[in-house]
Amino acid sequence: MSYDVIIGLEVHVQLQTQTKIFCGCSTAFNPDHPNVQTCPVCLGLPGALPVLNRHGFQLAVKTALGLNCQIASFTKWDRKQYFYPDLPKGYQISQFDLPFSHDGHVDVETTSESGDKSIRRVRILRAHMEEDAGKNMHDESGRGRDSKVDLNRAGTPLVEIVTQPDLRSAEEARRFLEELKLLLTYLGVSDCNMQEGSLRCDANVNLHIHQPDGSRVATPIVEVKNLNSFRFTEQAILFEVQRQWDEFQRTGIKLGDKGGHKATRGYNPDRGETYILREKEEAADYRYFPDPDLVPVLVTETQLAAIRSEMCEPPAPRRERFHADYQLTPYDAAVIIDQGRLFADYFEAVAKTCGDGKQAANWITQDVLRETKQRDQSIAEFAIRPEVLGTLLGQINQKRITIKSAREVFGDLLTEFDETAAIPAASRIDEIVTTKGLAIVEDTGAIDAAITAVLGRNAKAVADFKEGNQKAIGALIGQVMREVKGADPQTVREKIIAAMQ
Amino acid sequence: MSSIITSLPLTSLIQQLRSGELRSVEVTTTYLDAIADRDAALGAFVHVDREDALQQAADADARRSAGQANGLLAGVPVAIKDVLCVTGQPATCASRMLKGFVPPYDATAITKLKQAGAVLVGRTNMDEFAMGSSGENSAFGPTRNPWDPERIPGGSSSGSAVAVAARLAPLALGSDTGGSIRQPASLCGIVGLKPTYGRVSRYGLIAYASSLDQIGPFATDVVGAAILLEAISGHDPRDSTSVNLPVPAHSQSVDQPLAGLRIGVPVEHFAEGLDAEVERTVREALAVYKSLGAELKEIHLPHTKYAVATYYLIATSEASSNLARYDGVHYGHRAEEFGGSLISMYEASRGEGFGDEVKRRIMLGVFALSAGYADKYYTKALQVRRLIRGDFDAAFQEVDVIAGPVTPTAAFKLGEKTSDPLSMYLSDIYTISANLAGIPGISIPCGFTSTGLPIGLQLQAAPFEEERLLRVARMFERETEWHLRQPASTL
Repeated sequence: MSYDVIIGLEVHVQLQTQTKIFCGCSTAFNPDHPNVQTCPVCLGLPGALPVLNRHGFQLAVKTALGLNCQIASFTKWDRKQYFYPDLPKGYQISQFDLPFSHDGHVDVETTSESGDKSIRRVRILRAHMEEDAGKNMHDESGRGRDSKVDLNRAGTPLVEIVTQPDLRSAEEARRFLEELKLLLTYLGVSDCNMQEGSLRCDANVNLHIHQPDGSRVATPIVEVKNLNSFRFTEQAILFEVQRQWDEFQRTGIKLGDKGGHKATRGYNPDRGETYILREKEEAADYRYFPDPDLVPVLVTETQLAAIRSEMCEPPAPRRERFHADYQLTPYDAAVIIDQGRLFADYFEAVAKTCGDGKQAANWITQDVLRETKQRDQSIAEFAIRPEVLGTLLGQINQKRITIKSAREVFGDLLTEFDETAAIPAASRIDEIVTTKGLAIVEDTGAIDAAITAVLGRNAKAVADFKEGNQKAIGALIGQVMREVKGADPQTVREKIIAAMQ
Repeated sequence: MSSIITSLPLTSLIQQLRSGELRSVEVTTTYLDAIADRDAALGAFVHVDREDALQQAADADARRSAGQANGLLAGVPVAIKDVLCVTGQPATCASRMLKGFVPPYDATAITKLKQAGAVLVGRTNMDEFAMGSSGENSAFGPTRNPWDPERIPGGSSSGSAVAVAARLAPLALGSDTGGSIRQPASLCGIVGLKPTYGRVSRYGLIAYASSLDQIGPFATDVVGAAILLEAISGHDPRDSTSVNLPVPAHSQSVDQPLAGLRIGVPVEHFAEGLDAEVERTVREALAVYKSLGAELKEIHLPHTKYAVATYYLIATSEASSNLARYDGVHYGHRAEEFGGSLISMYEASRGEGFGDEVKRRIMLGVFALSAGYADKYYTKALQVRRLIRGDFDAAFQEVDVIAGPVTPTAAFKLGEKTSDPLSMYLSDIYTISANLAGIPGISIPCGFTSTGLPIGLQLQAAPFEEERLLRVARMFERETEWHLRQPASTL
């Protein structure tokens, strides 16, 4: 028997707002000073009322547009009710039946076991907005002290993204999350910092087992909650696939059978295992109803157009465009895009300045990436600004300097920055080229004169060459190059051969 | 001396404070003394900080002496229902659940009162979390009607109504979710107004049912109510449901009568269950309007019969959610002894903290919102609510105001209905629709029963027509003297 792995994800993303979704408190990550970023509204004090953070809503719309979702023209807020100490109002303000967006997709490139690449389209069922809860901190000393609650995080704006069960492997799930993170950081809607909990994932997993008669049998769905890294998500799913397969072999229990209801599990990364949190005989009753303290939000086409106009190009179409506009290989395009938006912007600026996308891609994926990594710098911090690098590469294209000379200038510019901490201007390129005499000499008269002189001094080498010793030519080229700095070695080589023949 | 000050109409009190004839410290002292002397028998106040009130009064006097700009209510004492947050003053909603809770912020209505120069003289008793129609559901004990201490004053704003009726404060703020201002005003023989939903910010009003709650004024006369309403009204960016409309200068316009007035008399408000003496008195009031040239038109509000049921589904659904925050975790009452688990802490704390009526309404609301029942109850109630609003929209095409009784009977006896919640709920039968429709309503004194209990006339207007409502109410008040009567104990 074989099986298909069926995975759907629910991803919570914290939006990058300065203030909370329904009050003016800061959203800064501040675990060392609990309960200082609070006010009557996010503390849920009696009488306090929420007011929507419009900027937060716009970021949410931007997120959904990036996910290729439809944006609802009318959306409202609902209360999701449950008791928990980190939820000070006894309900979470969320969205139930009319989420602000629905029906989108994210394309993920996946690699099969045989190495074939293909695109998996992961459909997005919905993306809705809600407020984050606070954080409970339990006594871990084992002395049974009181638990504590930090409400700094309470009221941080979240978008919950719910996919259709379109993912077919743990690796695909990880790739989806990577692509999602790239997209959201590109759009500037979230920093997706998983250590700080800005992106959290729940995975719904089960197996469709192929039967000898051609039919398929589904194993009970398991929701693995609160996966806080891409690696853990992948590991938890791998474990769950094996566990469900073993369980099915042992018990034969199918989804919907007695004992085959949906279950919720946690993941213990130390043991590499999932563990049971609760079994759902019935779905929890959150008693959703429209929040009477908030008014519905209407989204007009004009507002949508304004948000769209502020949006940068998402990574997926940009990869396509880099291929089309700059003739980059899919690999190079991906390397550049995956470094983040500013890095890709840097590439485009260099490519436009020098007029050669391939040249720009070579330098950026090799020299620039190497130097920034060595220096532990972001591209924004890198000393050689794109117009300077573009100018430098342009000089190669215009055959004014050689690639070797350009590398020398590149190294000199960085050394100068290390010494002076001054960002070099493009004008330094010509200065270095002139000082070091790196310009390609196109004055063939000077080259011809030098060749005549060199050949005259090296009768032995000329004779060797004529007898078929090709090696002799190297020494001759070197001598000519020393006399005419900046001469193109290829030109010199051709001219020497012509002169000797 | 005290009864001279406490019997002054609000306009005279303001005028004498403005002219310097009276000082706020003198006025405030008089009221504080009256509270000290007479409130033990009435139970209108749950918290009075004498020193703090006198300090506010002294500050008001100092501002006046210094010639600084003085607000609409400079130096005037105002009693506050225990449901509104005031920085540093306990706010309990007359519940054990909120014992010891002191808000760190002011409700917007309180901020506005402070800006108007008012002196917050004390916090008034109420039905717990504003749930009740008699004032008996209070952890502090019942409030008594100053016209007959064996009788209830109405609720839920029982203490605010009694404070004003018994001349323990010239003005008071209450809240009205299904009649909680108008019903006690009627039973206590004073003026009480529920504004249009959205007219007064709810920020800092401890919620019972968010889509129905409104803060409103109590006063001995219409002019007093108009001035207090003007002081607390206005758009508030902290309340998403507050409406951005200019605030009319009620204090300027209230005395202008309306010509060509058309008054709708809803057949449904004069049906079975209405006490004959109340009906006769209300009809006599309508005759006064007729004598002033108004046209009386019989109208229909066909969905009235569903109002109480609709209200008790919507209000309790919202309440079950609004009161979820009282869990003993962050503030308020936490049980001393509980089994040790989180769930048992919730159960014990809430079980001990809430009174019976609050528990009854939470359970009803939880049920109405439960999976499998929400469509049948909560959602259905929302649909009926739209029909009720439609009844009023249609009626206000034909008439300027709607007039009728406030309550089916005058004040009943303490304990008379405590064992029969349904009959208690029916005492709000004429007031509830205004909350469901979001329209403003006012109760004004229009007569007395043969046993000397006050009877109120209810006037209702289209949304944001408070100005018209007050002018129409004032037309009646100028022709009658019911509002001048005071309980014997106050003279």
